[in-house]
Parts: sequence; C-alpha cells; structure tokens
Amino acid sequence: MSEDWLLDLSHVSVTFDGFRAINDLTLRLRPGEMRAIVGPNGAGKTTMMDIVTGKTRPDCGSVRFRGQELTRFDEPTIARLGIGRKFQKPTVFEALSVHDNLLLALRGTRSPLRMLFLRETPDEGERIAGLLGRIGLTARERLLAGALSHGQKQWLEIGMLLAQDPRLLLVDEPVAGMTDAETMQTADLLRDINTSHSVIVVEHDMDFVRALGVDVTVLHEGSVLTEGTLDRVSADPRVIDVYLGR
Amino acid sequence: MKTSMDFRSVRLAAGLVLLLSAVLSLGSLLPQQGVFSVSPFVVTIVGKYLSYAFLALAIDLVWGFAGILTLGHAAFFALGGYAMGMYLTREIGARGVYGNAHLPDFMVFLSWSDLPWYWMGSEHFAVSVLLVLLVPGALAALFGWLAFRSRVSGVYLSIITQALTFALMLAFFQNGLGFGGNNGLTDFKDVLGFDLHQARTRAALLALTGVFLAGSLMLARWVVSGRFGRLLVAVRDAESRTRFMGYRPDHAKLLVWILSAMIAAVGGAFYVLQVGIINPGEFTPGNSIEAVIWVAVGGRGTLSGAVLGAVLVNFGKTLFTAWMPEFWLYGLGFLFIATTLFLPCGLVGLVGSMGGRAGRNARTDPTPELVEPGRDEE
Amino acid sequence: MAEARAAVLLVALLSVASCLPLGPAICLAQDRTGIPTPTPAPTSIPAPISAPDVGHSNAVSDADGEALRALASRHFEAIGRGVARLGVSDAPWGKAVLEALHDGRLAVGSDSDRIVIRENGVARDAVTGATLTGDALRRIRVNNRIRGAIRIALAERALRANDVSAREAAAMALYHHPGADALPVLDRAMSREKAASVKRALTLARAAIVLKTGAAPGQERAAVETLGKSGRLDARGLLAGVASSSSDPEIAGSARKAVASIDRRQRLWGIVQNVFYGASLGSVLMLAAMGLAVTFGVMGVINMAHGELMMIGAYATYATQYGLHRWLPGLETWSLAVAVPVAFGVCWLLGIAIEKGLIRFLYGRPLETLLATWGLSLCLQQLVRSLFGPTNVAVTTPSFLSGSVAIGGTEITIGRIAILVFSGCVMAGLLFILRRTRFGLQMRAVTQNRRMAALMGIRTARVDALTFGLGSGIAGLAGVAVSQIDNVSPNLGQGYIIDSFLVVVFGGVGNLWGTLAAAMTLGIGDKVLEPLIGAVSGKILLLVLVILYIQKHPRGMFPLRGRGVDS
Repeated sequence: MSEDWLLDLSHVSVTFDGFRAINDLTLRLRPGEMRAIVGPNGAGKTTMMDIVTGKTRPDCGSVRFRGQELTRFDEPTIARLGIGRKFQKPTVFEALSVHDNLLLALRGTRSPLRMLFLRETPDEGERIAGLLGRIGLTARERLLAGALSHGQKQWLEIGMLLAQDPRLLLVDEPVAGMTDAETMQTADLLRDINTSHSVIVVEHDMDFVRALGVDVTVLHEGSVLTEGTLDRVSADPRVIDVYLGR
Repeated sequence: MKTSMDFRSVRLAAGLVLLLSAVLSLGSLLPQQGVFSVSPFVVTIVGKYLSYAFLALAIDLVWGFAGILTLGHAAFFALGGYAMGMYLTREIGARGVYGNAHLPDFMVFLSWSDLPWYWMGSEHFAVSVLLVLLVPGALAALFGWLAFRSRVSGVYLSIITQALTFALMLAFFQNGLGFGGNNGLTDFKDVLGFDLHQARTRAALLALTGVFLAGSLMLARWVVSGRFGRLLVAVRDAESRTRFMGYRPDHAKLLVWILSAMIAAVGGAFYVLQVGIINPGEFTPGNSIEAVIWVAVGGRGTLSGAVLGAVLVNFGKTLFTAWMPEFWLYGLGFLFIATTLFLPCGLVGLVGSMGGRAGRNARTDPTPELVEPGRDEE
Repeated sequence: MAEARAAVLLVALLSVASCLPLGPAICLAQDRTGIPTPTPAPTSIPAPISAPDVGHSNAVSDADGEALRALASRHFEAIGRGVARLGVSDAPWGKAVLEALHDGRLAVGSDSDRIVIRENGVARDAVTGATLTGDALRRIRVNNRIRGAIRIALAERALRANDVSAREAAAMALYHHPGADALPVLDRAMSREKAASVKRALTLARAAIVLKTGAAPGQERAAVETLGKSGRLDARGLLAGVASSSSDPEIAGSARKAVASIDRRQRLWGIVQNVFYGASLGSVLMLAAMGLAVTFGVMGVINMAHGELMMIGAYATYATQYGLHRWLPGLETWSLAVAVPVAFGVCWLLGIAIEKGLIRFLYGRPLETLLATWGLSLCLQQLVRSLFGPTNVAVTTPSFLSGSVAIGGTEITIGRIAILVFSGCVMAGLLFILRRTRFGLQMRAVTQNRRMAALMGIRTARVDALTFGLGSGIAGLAGVAVSQIDNVSPNLGQGYIIDSFLVVVFGGVGNLWGTLAAAMTLGIGDKVLEPLIGAVSGKILLLVLVILYIQKHPRGMFPLRGRGVDS
C-alpha cells in the first residue's frame, strides 16, 4: 500500500540532546496533493523538513518517497530524486544575477566537471524566460539577486524550485514578511504550481492557508495532532487548546 | 564579498604579462649598456615575480571564487618546484662536486648507494613535467577530498592547510627524505641541454613564463566565467543551499582546488628554473600567508588582481629590502592591516569602482552597479 | 647548581635531625670521592657535641673511657678496638672524635691520656669541648684499615639514629659501598630495626655485600632475589656480574632473570618519564592554547598575533629580571613571581589596544581578521627586534626551579613540574573567571546573543575589549612559562601559533576541557612517538593524524552539540 503514497513518514523520531523534536511522527501525502502544515513554534515543522531533505537523520522510523527509503541518502541525492525545498529565510545566491540563479537551478547536469564545458543552450534560455514570466521577474533578469526586495527573493526562490522541476516541493513559510497583496499572489502561485507538482507548505498565516484551500495537518510537540479541512481542524478543541490555552 | 562577474581586466592582464615578458626577454638579448638593454638581474627578478603570480592566481581561484582561504598553497608551489628541481639535479650528472654520474651530490654525501625509487624517471624532462602537475594535484585531491567531504570549511580549513604545509616543511628538512634536506636542490647546470646561465636561455625562460602565466590567466577566466564558475560563487555564498538543489559542493570545490594546486605547481617549476634553488624554506607557513596578501592587495576574485598584487608586493619587497631591510616587515605588516581595513576589494576593485562611479553618473538606471556586466562577455 | 641543591637538602635534613649525630652517609660519600670532609663550622650545627659548655658531656661511661684510652694507644690494633667501641657507644661526642680521627685531626696529650680535637689551629678536649692551650700534642695516626673501621663505626652510629631517613641513608651508603666487615653491623641493626623502609635498605645492603664480597656463602640465592625484586638500576651491574661469573648455574640463572626484570622495570620507568615529559609539553601547549580558547573559542576571533603576545610576555619576563637586577637586587630571586603580573598586564593592555584599534572593525569577517592579525604579528616581531635586538636574550631560571627530583626510577626536572602546576593554576583561574564571575557571565551573554545582551544593559564593546584583553594576558602568562624552557627571541611566537590553533580546534572550539585533553594528547603523543620514530617524524605523524582527525570530526574531540549548532 505504501507504493500509493508519494511521501510516507512513519513512526519517525529524532532527539537533540534529550529534546524530542519529532516524536513518533506519521505523515502521508498522495501524489499531486498540496498539504498545509501548521503548528505552534517548536512543533517540529522545520525539523520534519530537515528529515525529509536529508539534513537531519532520524533516530528511528522510515521516510519513503515513491517507495524509496530516504533516510540513507544525503541532501544532493534526495534533491536529485525530486524533492525541492524552499527555506524559511529566502536563500538565493546574492552575488549572481536572477538569470544565473535560475540557470543553476534548472534541471540538468549536476556534475561540476561537465559544467566546466557547458554553455547555455537556447532551450534553457526559453525555460528561464518562461520561469521569469511565471514569477514576475522578467524585467529584473540581469539584476543581481542581492538587489531584489524581500518578496521578490521569495518568488525567485520559488522560481528556482520550479526550475528544479521536483515531484515534491517543501515550502517553509513562504509569505513571512510579505504584504497582503503579495501573500494572495503567492497563494495563487502555489495553487498554480500544484497543478503539476505535489506541495507541502508550512505556514502560520491562517488567511494564506485558507486561500490555498487544501487539507491541513496540525503538528504539536513533534507529532500529528489532527488532520482535515481547515474548518474542521480549527473547530477542534485540542487545536484551540494548543494555540491559545498553553 | 560580492563579485561582479567582470573579467574584462583578465584579458588586459594577460596581454600586459605577455608584453612585459616579451619586452624584457628581448631587451636582455641586446648588447649590455645599450639604452634598451635589460640586465640579467632584472630578468631573474621579474621571472621570480611572474612565478609567484601563478601562486597568487591559484589562491585567487579558490579564495576569490570558492571561498576557501588556503594558508598552505605555497606547499603546492614548492612541490612543483621540487619536481622540476629533481630533473635539473639529474641534469647536473657527473658535473657535481663529487663527480658521481648517477647520484646527486647530497646523496653521495649521505653515502647512499642507489637512487631512491621515487627519483626513478626524473632524468626525463617529460616525466618531470608530469610530476610537476601530478604530485601536487594528487596531494590536493587527497587533502581536498577528505576536507570537503567532511565539510571542513572557513577558518578550520585555513588552520589545517597551515598544518599541512608545516608538516611538509618539517619532512623536507629531513635529510633522510632524499631531497637534499636543509639545502634543498640547487647548483643546476642546464635544462634540456641549454645552459641555464646563458642570457639566451634565461630570456627564453622568462618569455615562456609569461606565455604560461597569460595562458593560466585565460584558463582561470574560462573556468570561472562559465556555468561552473557560477556554481562556485553559489557554493561560496550559500553552500548548503546548493546541496538542496542537488549539487555536491564538495565536488565543485575539489575540482577547483586540484586545478588551483596545479597552477601553483607550474609557478613553482618556473621559479626553480629561473631562481635556481628550491629548499624547504618555501614550505614555511608564513610564505603561504604572504601569498594571500598579494591577492588581497590586488583584489580578491578578480584574477588580474592576483597577478598585479604578486608583482607589486614583491617589487616593493625588493626595493624595501635593498634600501632599508629592517623596515620591510613593518611595511608588509601594515600592508596586511591596511588592505583588510581600507581596501577590501583590492587595487583592481578600487579602479573598477572608480570607473563604475564615472559611468554611473551618466546613466539613470537606479541600480546600475548591480547590473551584471560579465554576461556580454560570453 | 646541583651542589647548591644538595647543600639545601642537607641543611633541611640536619635541621630535622638536629639533636642527632650527623648523617654519616654524607661523610662516607665524600670520602669516596676524595673530597676532604668539610668540617662543619660548629655554630652551624646545633648538635650538643659542638657546644663546649655542655655539662653532661663530661660524664664518661666506663666503656667510653676504655675506648678513649684505646685510641690513645700507639698500636693500630688497640686503636681499631677503640673505634669499634665508639661505633656501639651512644656518647654524643663519639661522632666528632671518629671524624677527627679519620681526617688526622685527633691528637693525644703527650703527657696525659686526654684526647684532643684540633680544628683551625684550636685544640679542644674531645669530651668536654673546652679549649686547651699549651699542651704538647701527639697526632694519632691511622692506616687504611682503621679508616675502614671508622666508616663502619660511623655507619653503625648512624644506624641507631632517631631519625628514620638518617638510618635509611646510612644503610643505603653501605649498599653503595659494600664491604665484608659491615656485615655484623648490618645484622645488629637489623635485629633492632622497626621501620620497614630502613629494613628494606638494610636487606639491600646486606644482599649487595653478600654478592660483592662472597662473605656469606649459601646466601647468594636470597641476595639475588632481593636485588632483583628491588628493580634498582644500580643493582644491575652486580647482578650481571653474578650472572656471568657464578659457578652455581641456578644462581646465575636467577641473576639473569633478575637483570631482565630490572631492564623491564627501567623500560617501564622510561615510559613513565616520557609520559611526564609529554604532560609537561602538553602543559606548555595548554598555556599557549588557553588564550586562544578565549579569543578564538569564545569570541571567534582568529588572532594570528597570539604567538607574538606570548613572545612579548617572555620579553616582559626578561625586562622584569633585568630591571630587578639593576634596581632591586634583593627581589631578584622572586623575579618570576614579579614577572607573572607584569607579563599579564603588558599583554592585557596590548590586547585591549589591538581590539580597539583593529579587531573591532573586522567582527564577522574571520578570514580578514586572520590576515590583519598576521600583519600585526609581523609588526610586533619587528618592533621587538628593533628594541631588544635580533638575537636571543638570556632569561635566568631561579635556583629553586632548577635541578631535579628522583621519583621512582626516573628524574623529573623541577622547572617542568612548576610549568605543569602553573598551567593548572592558570586554567583554574580562567575557569573561575568564565563561570563564577560577573564578567564571565557578561562575556558568555555577549557571545551567545549580542543584541539581547546589549538590550539588557551590558556594554558589549567593553566586554569585547576586556575578553580580548583576557586572552592576550593569558598569552603573556604563557610567555613567562615559555621563557623558562625556550629561547627568547623575536621569532618565539611563530613556533607556537600552529600548534596552539591545532590544539583548540582538535579539542573542540569553546570547550576548555577539550582544549586540555587535546593539549595533553598532542604533548604525550609527541613524547611517546619521539623515541620510537624520532622527534621530527613523530611531530609530522602527529600533525598528519590531527589533520585527518579534524577532517573526520570537524568539530574536534568535544564538540558543542545541539540544534543551534550549524555549519
């Protein structure tokens, strides 16, 4: 049955110096699904992403992506399997132009030796132009990424994720620090992306989650508290307790 | 530090290197006392500067573009020098002090009966040229593979590169290692049958140094201006991010690290050919750090700045040590401090920003300094 | 120097045993080396015999009287009897008489039986100590046999001393110079001895005499066993002699075994000694690295001029000694103690100046800091070279720190022990400052969260300067220690910088105990490898091992762990 899941975390635990960041977490995602993950600070959202992308190795449990066990792979291998990640703090290569950021992200060779001899093909140019249009940065193609505004960096990073063309995107707090208009634009962008990719979004902003209109998983103290539609979840007394009653 | 991918100055630098070496080597062939004649001293000293420029270029490749501050690069330079020195030592043949046709003088002195195995083949020039590239390359590969794979970076890496060159220095000071101990390798007679003391040979060597340096500059430019160069900059500024994009930053660093070690080694080989001696002093940790300051003075991440810095600082050293030797260390020390405090982009960066300011006033683009000019170079 | 130390020890010994006859072992030893027994000035020895007005000395027992009369004889045989009697006598003046006789300073009145000791042209009654004048004296002659008997007699007296160590020393003297005629003396002493250590020494002496002189046939086997068990290197020659010459194959065999066991023991002590030397080297590394553990480990500043701060600490020691020698010679002995605060202060001030003038502008740019401080180190070297000259300056070692003590089968120099202790004290002090003081708390607060610390009213810039000053001051303290074991020259610092950075990184940055473990590992590793593969190869091997280790464990032996730690 596990073959039916795109991503399948089962009974994963990880401890940092006695602190249980993830506690017997089980989380499953269908192909093509977009899922929002919410939870108070310290619920283990970022650590969960660290585990999926290979940054942190779990103490026990299994992480399967399309039936393949991920826990024995390092970050580049997992990325090449088709999992892309956007960090909470926008991380773009500030000393490179917007164009070059996308060029490096484009799916293609990852061998440094081959890259020595590689020059940009017209096809790649077209793909970059398409991506620039999609994230609305066409006019800023030649600008250094370091000169972009905060929101533009967020979009560039999403654009880089799209350039990687992963099967699954992990997006960590994409609208932190954005204006309301930018937030709604980002929600549209993610829904658009979801037509061709599976997505996991971690976000605090409930308006944004509502705008996405997808199922929500509530994490608390390293494990799943509840799952379901936003309306159902927000009516759950346990969730209210976790968010307000602590 | 942000690098604009502007490499126009590299071509200029390569051209100037060619011009300088050509003019000086031709001038040295003119009859002495002429207006345009160049003394043998100048030929040797400029040959030395240009050899050091290889080392500076090599350091700039890894420090400027991959963010690896190496404090042990002179080790690769010296290893290249020793590889060439071995060939030159074998060329001495029976003309040594002891007149032994098979063994170098210092081995006769240690009453060794046979050449050690690692000297085999060193009598062939081609083998030695291979060794110049392969020995430092292999050491760099081993060291880099271990270091980058376990994500040793920043100052930690700097410290272990220091330890590496320090360990090599101790080893080469040992007589038993078979490289002449304290004295190193010296008293060379000729190379490929050409007398090393003849003006023509020396002129040709200087010209060759210039050609190879210009070639190395263009090679380095080719490496960093392409997609690989962009990857290096990405690795330098946000290494972990590249990992989540599926890149292996350790492989990228290793590749440029090995290449850099080989460029440094070629410099070492030209150094031995022209200066005529290689000894364990070249491994002194201080030497490697000094070479880093050449790059900083010239401008980190510009390639041309490395060459400029190496030549200028060493020229200054020659002047200082001739006029007031006791002040050279003050001079060098203040140069380190002043460069890091007041000249973070080096001389080339200074010139570039002055040029940029002049151009900016003419334009109305709000953020012109961020426009990346290297693109139209492709 | 060694003689001076011996004298110091002797005085200490004597003052403990002030009411006893002087330790004869020393006299014997000096006889052997041919140095005339230095007759102690009477005032310096508070022994009753030398006090001329002590009334009770006048009472002479019959046996003692007989002994004195025998000494007055012209026959060597009678004199020998007298000497032997004095050996078993408890008369307080007996020792002085025997010594005088040995040195030919004992005389007898030509018209009486009065025994007189001559000293510096003054004649005193041997028993009462009263000064005599005008008496015609006849010197009592001795031959070699009598001299031998005197030694035995003195030893026998010493073996009855109240002080255990004096008795032990007397027995060991007999062990070192075994003679057959000492055997009955030893046996008598053995029968009344209670102290185990003296008994051991007596047994050793007896065994040596048995093997050396063959005086007690049939006891050789037990003697071989005794000496073999002792594991003493000085017994090895004797045992080897027995092994090669004994006619009894069984005895020869056990002697061979005993020799082998002594050799094993020596090797073991050799290892102990190497470990000690290693710990000593480790303590020097620790001193050098502790300052870095503050500036690099706590502040994250790469200070390549750290070695030069050590060098300046060493020069401060030199300057202190020079100044005291010149203006306050009375304090010269304590120059090192004075140099400790001076060196700390000088380097502390210099460190604050460096932080204010240079480091401050480079926070957050570790690689630039590295280059700038390297430049600074060149300037400091040249400055010291200009001020003090390029050659080594002579820093003296106070007498109480020179020399060595024997522990078990090994000699350990006092200077090295002092550095070990000093290093431990500095570490304890540093730990105290870091963990128990307000400044230490502020320091940790600033390094962990600068903005929060600033918001709480901590003057972060001041804390930075003081922290850097502390690290620099510790470098100065290291300089004081290094001045005692290394050449003090402008290049001193360069020899330590790589090692000390390796120690800090190897131990785990920010962990003082890790630094200690790393320093000791490197120090002991160095000294253990040295006899195996040579000093330089050992050093290279160690460097390579540390490089490999750091590549395997980039955070060192004792890394700081946790979620917050990231590459």
